Amino acid sequence: MKRFGPKIVLRGLDFEVHPGEFVALLGPNGAGKTTFLRILASLWSSTLGDVCVAGYRLPAQAVAVRARLGVVTHLPLLYGDLTAEENLRFYGRMYDVPNLGSRMDEVLEMVGLAPRRRDLVRTFSRGMQQRLAIGRAILHDPEVMLFDEPYTGLDQEACDMLDRLLRDVAGRGRTVVMTSHDLARVEELATRFDVLSRGAIVASTRREDLGKSNLLDFYRKALAG
Amino acid sequence: MQISSTAHRPPSAFLKAIGAIVWKDLAAELRSRELLSAMLVFALLVILIFNFAIELQPGLRSTVTPGVLWVTFAFAGTLGLNRSMAVEKDRGCLDGLLLAPVDRSAIYFGKALSNLAFMLIVEITVLPIYSVLYNINLFNVGLLLVILLGSVGYTAVGTLLSSMAVQTRTRDVLLPILLFPVILPVLLAAVKASSGFLGQLPMSEIWPWLNILMAYDVIFTAVAFMVYDYVLEE
Repeated sequence: MKRFGPKIVLRGLDFEVHPGEFVALLGPNGAGKTTFLRILASLWSSTLGDVCVAGYRLPAQAVAVRARLGVVTHLPLLYGDLTAEENLRFYGRMYDVPNLGSRMDEVLEMVGLAPRRRDLVRTFSRGMQQRLAIGRAILHDPEVMLFDEPYTGLDQEACDMLDRLLRDVAGRGRTVVMTSHDLARVEELATRFDVLSRGAIVASTRREDLGKSNLLDFYRKALAG
Repeated sequence: MQISSTAHRPPSAFLKAIGAIVWKDLAAELRSRELLSAMLVFALLVILIFNFAIELQPGLRSTVTPGVLWVTFAFAGTLGLNRSMAVEKDRGCLDGLLLAPVDRSAIYFGKALSNLAFMLIVEITVLPIYSVLYNINLFNVGLLLVILLGSVGYTAVGTLLSSMAVQTRTRDVLLPILLFPVILPVLLAAVKASSGFLGQLPMSEIWPWLNILMAYDVIFTAVAFMVYDYVLEE
């Protein structure tokens, strides 16, 4: 459970993800998706209940959890007055990444920003910043990745590129939990869909169990029921 | 690739994180010069205004100088402290720092050290200009030691309180309101010790004030180390 003053934002939430799963967490605005992801990311703590990420308990083993976690939000969490390379170097030092130089080269190639590595981040488009944000999040090769509305503010081309990156990230066997309102996109990417409404999971299905109905039907029924 | 697999990370990771934050703050400031230019312009304006406002007799200069200097440093320092944390909060970078697998006190020490560096740069720039404007020699080893001790205490408390204030909507107003009552012992001791050195008083009269400064620095750094985790809670 998570409470802010008198307001209960999450209640009776039971959520388990197996290694390698890609879970899309769906729900209307105010359902508690971001609050839930922030608890998983150890940025907030739950008021009641147990939280365990990558085999470590929160908040007691928060440092170990954070070492295994990559987080991407709609904000890039990057410094505009540093270059792409400097941003990665900073986060690499914070995560104590070994062989940082070669790892940075690898990540910059992966997100397609190697030619712009010495440019200031404030000169980047929103799409480029989001790609670099993914680079920042995967720099330490995390086991679990959390994406909170990563498509917010991106144009079509940037969304397509983000899709490719997400497939690549998921394809490397990482566990992914992503919140999004873009059902069409997550339908292609995720292996499981959970619907969060009023602070609780109200429906859950695997992609193969969706059958003939599409994700939109499933989502509408979940919210109506 | 493998990063530390244990729940507790080695001490070198803690120091590396502190170094990374200081390097990041200095590198970003070197490019933008937002924070230092604001602090410097403000500090120079304050000493200029005091220069016009107070008609100083040569004999009075050493009496007034400590007060003018510390008022200047304190107000300019508040600008820097506010801006230093606001940069993290406004772009969401504070979350980036909080997500790093290091003890949160590493964030405190990193930010406190970069704030101290900015404050010392401003002080080093202000001192010669003040010396020329007020025709008084401030290059006294004792006074420089007081400035260092006072700045350490100021940034130790200031970094802690600015991390609290930045979470609120009224952060610009809140920081000075929180900071000045807490920092009063530092300002008082720093002014008295500075007066002692400028007035060439015997060390026996200056030591008690230096001791207060040193005790304040140690106590508030230790307090900040212990409570910073809770300060950064939602």
